[in-house]
Amino acid sequence: MTPLLQVSDISKYYGTRLGCRDVSFDLFPGEVMGIVGESGSGKSTLLGCLAGQFAPDTGEVLFDTRGEGARDTLKLSEPERRMLARTDWAFVHQHAREGLRMGVSAGGNVGERLMAVGARHYGDIRDQAIDWLGRVEIAEDRVDDKPTAFSGGMQQRLQIARNLVTGPRLVFMDEPTGGLDVSVQARLLDLLRGLVREMGLSAIIVTHDLAVVRLLADRLMVMKDGHVVETGLTDQVLDDPQHGYTQLLVSSVLQV
Amino acid sequence: MIEIENVSKTFTLHNQGSAVIPVMEGANLSVQPGECVALVGASGAGKSTLMRMIYGNYLAASGRIVVGGIDVAQAAPRDILTLRRQTLGYVSQFLRVVPRVPTLEVVAEPLLMVGEGREASLARAGELLARLNIPERLWGLSPTTFSGGEQQRVNIARGFAHAYPALLLDEPTASLDAQNRETVLSLVEEAKVRGAAIVGIFHDEAARDRVCDREIDVTAFTPVAA
Repeated sequence: MTPLLQVSDISKYYGTRLGCRDVSFDLFPGEVMGIVGESGSGKSTLLGCLAGQFAPDTGEVLFDTRGEGARDTLKLSEPERRMLARTDWAFVHQHAREGLRMGVSAGGNVGERLMAVGARHYGDIRDQAIDWLGRVEIAEDRVDDKPTAFSGGMQQRLQIARNLVTGPRLVFMDEPTGGLDVSVQARLLDLLRGLVREMGLSAIIVTHDLAVVRLLADRLMVMKDGHVVETGLTDQVLDDPQHGYTQLLVSSVLQV
Repeated sequence: MIEIENVSKTFTLHNQGSAVIPVMEGANLSVQPGECVALVGASGAGKSTLMRMIYGNYLAASGRIVVGGIDVAQAAPRDILTLRRQTLGYVSQFLRVVPRVPTLEVVAEPLLMVGEGREASLARAGELLARLNIPERLWGLSPTTFSGGEQQRVNIARGFAHAYPALLLDEPTASLDAQNRETVLSLVEEAKVRGAAIVGIFHDEAARDRVCDREIDVTAFTPVAA
């Protein structure tokens, strides 16, 4: 099987300060990888480099495109990258406001993505938008409300609908459950897990919540001070951590 | 089906003075299809550790652990996940599930994961839950709110849903009443008849004598104190 994403030697400095260094991995279709580490460990920097939000200083990100095979996304032209970001990628932000258009209705937020990839029939767009709002458990009668009238958990679910409606192959998520109540988190996790399985998505999830990765991720990458200190099967890394930092991380989780 | 050769295991506790604790050395074990092997030894001797290494949950320090042609001690995460999905089942002592998912779905999930049809999967799940005396009115609820014994039976139903060629059982009859214990033992016997290679931990001696073909005392794999 060809990897969907082949990442090699990604390094990113902010001036002389290290963001992340020499990160390499392959992600296969249908695989979900978690990246954990404390704040400042470089996990969001890495995610940003992978998703083309900012350019790393060194390294390569090969994405297996539908038409032309593996291409280095860092060397794509801006229109090419934007097209890829619309058709094949999705990015779920921690703060839903960053991933939503707050002045546009819920239906419009979802429909806009469909129009961006060429949908033009109003009725179809609206039907698909309502279908997706249903999948993320937002009632049909809220389709014309603006996200400003939604709770935090609903905004997050709307962001997910907006991102997944175009059937992306790779989803980047930055702390998708951060800042939500545990009850809302559980619901969101269940939803994400179902969607990942149904749609056969590949995903990279950045979080500091070990319970989230245990539920969602097949494999895990642990980062500390910009370096990857440990990788492996999620349950193996959490139950039999090899690196001192991972051991500290796992043993620091409070028991409920 | 399961071949373990010269496996060792150490735990290094980096945050406790970097203590290195050797827990296993020179472990060997071979289990044929249709055979059930019991791991025995005192508590702390390493039964669960060995079982977790076979499942890839613990990392072996050295040696080979080959299950269905894949060396778990070396394989990439996705190969281990494929192995777990198709070949190697594990009934642990504790049920770990996503909140909100109904019991019937929890039990059917392993079948859905190997591409079994939805209806057939749910039917099989229902059949197992009924055999294990989980009342049908509970099937639509998440097992997170169930009693300990009920959760364990859901866990067993889930473990036996797909006909894994290799199966690991960690105390499957613990805390079950006589009737449910009987059901679990017949599930184990049925799995043996269809050719599953089984490794089990049973503190229940009568159960062990009934379903296991031989015993391996893991005390033999305890490292000699240096």
